[in-house]
Amino acid sequence: MTGLVLGKIVRAMITLLITVTLVFFFIRLSGDPAAALAPPDAPPQVIEQYRRAMGLDQPLPVQYFNYVLGLVQGDFGYSIHTGRPVEEIFLARVPATLLLGLTALGIALVLGVTLGTVAALSRASVLDRFVMAFSVFAFAMPNFFFGILVILTGALVFGVFFGGTGGIANFGQVLAPAATLGLASMGSFARFTRSSLLETLNKPFMGALEARGIPPMRRLLRHAAPNAAIPIVTMLGLSLGGLVAGAVVTEQVFSWPGVGQLLIRSVQTRDIAVIQFSVIAVSFTMTLANLVVDLVYFWLDPRIRRSGNV
Amino acid sequence: MTSVLDISNLTVALPEGGDRPFAVSDLSLSVGAGQCVCLVGESGSGKSVSAQAILGTLPRALKRSGGRISFLGKDLPLEDKAAMQTLRGGRIGMIFQEPSASLDPVMRVGAQLDELLSVHGVASRQERRRRIRELFAAVRLPDPERIYAAYPHQLSGGQAQRIVIAMALALEPALLIADEPTTALDVTTQAEILKLIKDLQTRSGAGLLFITHDLGVVADIADQVLVMQEGKVVEEGTRDAVFSRPTHPYTIKLLKAIPRRQARPEREAGPLVLEAEGIHLTYRPSAGFLKRREIVAVEDVSITLRRGQVHGIVGESGSGKSSLVRCILKLETMDAGRLMIGGEDAGQWRKGMPKPMRKRLQIVLQDPYSALDPRQKIGDAIAEAARVHGASGAEAAAKARELLGMVNLPPQAYERFPHEFSGGQRQRICIARALATDPEILIADEAISALDVSIQAQILKLFRDLQERLGFAMLFVTHDLRVASAICDDITVMWKGRVVEQGRVDDVFDRPRHDYTRQLLDAIPDKGSFATSGLSHLEATP
Repeated sequence: MTGLVLGKIVRAMITLLITVTLVFFFIRLSGDPAAALAPPDAPPQVIEQYRRAMGLDQPLPVQYFNYVLGLVQGDFGYSIHTGRPVEEIFLARVPATLLLGLTALGIALVLGVTLGTVAALSRASVLDRFVMAFSVFAFAMPNFFFGILVILTGALVFGVFFGGTGGIANFGQVLAPAATLGLASMGSFARFTRSSLLETLNKPFMGALEARGIPPMRRLLRHAAPNAAIPIVTMLGLSLGGLVAGAVVTEQVFSWPGVGQLLIRSVQTRDIAVIQFSVIAVSFTMTLANLVVDLVYFWLDPRIRRSGNV
Repeated sequence: MTSVLDISNLTVALPEGGDRPFAVSDLSLSVGAGQCVCLVGESGSGKSVSAQAILGTLPRALKRSGGRISFLGKDLPLEDKAAMQTLRGGRIGMIFQEPSASLDPVMRVGAQLDELLSVHGVASRQERRRRIRELFAAVRLPDPERIYAAYPHQLSGGQAQRIVIAMALALEPALLIADEPTTALDVTTQAEILKLIKDLQTRSGAGLLFITHDLGVVADIADQVLVMQEGKVVEEGTRDAVFSRPTHPYTIKLLKAIPRRQARPEREAGPLVLEAEGIHLTYRPSAGFLKRREIVAVEDVSITLRRGQVHGIVGESGSGKSSLVRCILKLETMDAGRLMIGGEDAGQWRKGMPKPMRKRLQIVLQDPYSALDPRQKIGDAIAEAARVHGASGAEAAAKARELLGMVNLPPQAYERFPHEFSGGQRQRICIARALATDPEILIADEAISALDVSIQAQILKLFRDLQERLGFAMLFVTHDLRVASAICDDITVMWKGRVVEQGRVDDVFDRPRHDYTRQLLDAIPDKGSFATSGLSHLEATP
């Protein structure tokens, strides 16, 4: 058991190292940051100066080594534009994204699992078909479009602006962007819950429980739910990634002052250190989320505890 | 004798458009206290649906359309959900076919028993604990503390079935329904569980409705027997009457299908086609970070096979018989040993074997449902094997047609898909496919275990006929000594990865040397030969 957990942690660390390496090389592949940063009509000597100042004149392996060393020591670099440490800029944005992401996830999980359960319990009925049609609509709708619809409705019907920079102070403001962001995940949660629950309900042991006189509600909550939870937990881990990716668009649409907006701005201005840190921080979150999901499997299913295979 | 269960004219309708209008038609039976009534039939006979009808747990598509069920002298309150829920698991206990599949896999078994008792009104925690200890003792479970805290996957099949039996008996039911409770178990475990059910039922005085397809099992325990075919009871009577004077042709067919030892004609020894010597195989699955466990699956096994010979490999689950087959097919890389196929050393390649050698060695698997590609036409599936080994398209198609005829399938089968065939027909298709390369060795790995008894008999006969005609050698892998004795010349008995006994069928059966072989022989149901005793006179009068 301890060995299995240790193995998962080592794997998570290897994943992180690979991400860090890929980020380093891709940023350098995408063009010369010094040229982008210098004024458009700068002479070559000026560009060269910029390059030397950023350490870009050194051989690639040396740059890579310094970069990884810096990461390990907690030195993540400084923003080219403001000169402030990148982690400071990034962390200032985290609460806004966290509030938006967790609210969205909460909406997706609660609504999705509820709708999926309702659909599974009334399978092949009109209600089931309606719920499934709605969840297809939910994840087929691009969230930038849905977001604009929400803003328009707010402005035209209610005369208010949903979202915006003042949002964090007012918790109510988060609901519109969160609903937009959570909608797609909600659709997937509903479908996963439905199919996983249906599969569990058709297992022989569910029939056996009925034949032993265990009441229906107890069969659903105490027996079907834990057995059906495993694919839903997988979904939860995966949809964190979707939420982060979706946040980039949604934050832009709603002018939400979060990490996604920061990322777009730094890409536009080629603020390498900020981009690097944002991508690494996001992938760190993802890896951590998946590690937690794996550990939750161990807790949920005694059979996995033994074999380590999900 | 007081009557526990009385069913009169029970009819359960099938949804329209099925191949017959009723799942169960006009079933009447009565189970008295302390009595064992056996409902016998093959798959689709309606025997399990009858049990569901009694419990009031019929699937949505099926409706009870007539008849009365009375329990302890009163009509069953089938419309009253709450009352039925109390009866189920309370006054009516149920034992299922797949013990581990009928337990919640993510809940400790102790907690599941505890839940059952508390749902049925045993309010005190100590009282429940005490009752569970009592039940564990009654079903003879060793190490109760460990088992109480174990999850179902940590139990053996036999232990899991003891738990399921404990659950069925937990509230001292007046009626016990057992639906194929021993079919999924090993032979020796089957014998123990059967004896346990019978003992507990006799001691508690409950009525027992026992559902099975195995007449051998019926012969051991039944007071009263009902034979069902396609939803109807075709024969009923006391055990002795049904077995000694069967009247309905279907009953006679079932009795004749029970595999029995058959003397095989002595033949002159053909050339050696397979020599396996000192085969060893150890599995090394991952056990956490940088750790591996070692599981010895096959230990020092030697086997030889001559042309025209049938060699049985008999053992229970975990005996290493399937691992041995995988070594012989080179699907696993053996750790040590010499393997000669048709005089050529198959061990010279670390993994697998070249195509010309593969051609000599074919296999028929246990489950004919998953062994065929559902989207491939039958003819193409058979021809493919011939084509892969060098036949032209036209030759392969001709070969496939010829083989279809040999396994007694109509020529039209060529263009059809697997779902259009029954289990027995599919196994014929699998046999034809295996024969498409003209193999010298045919391996049948539990090839008839998943089939109904009457179909088993047909497939065994087909194997015998084909072998006579084509002369290939056969490795017949099975857990069932009865089946092995019906087709094999020689038998190897495996236990925990080792060979414990090897020899002619007659020697192994009449003069077993190892204790385990004796256990296996003792575990064969119907030692009193009730089921087979009537047969000699049946066969004498054609």
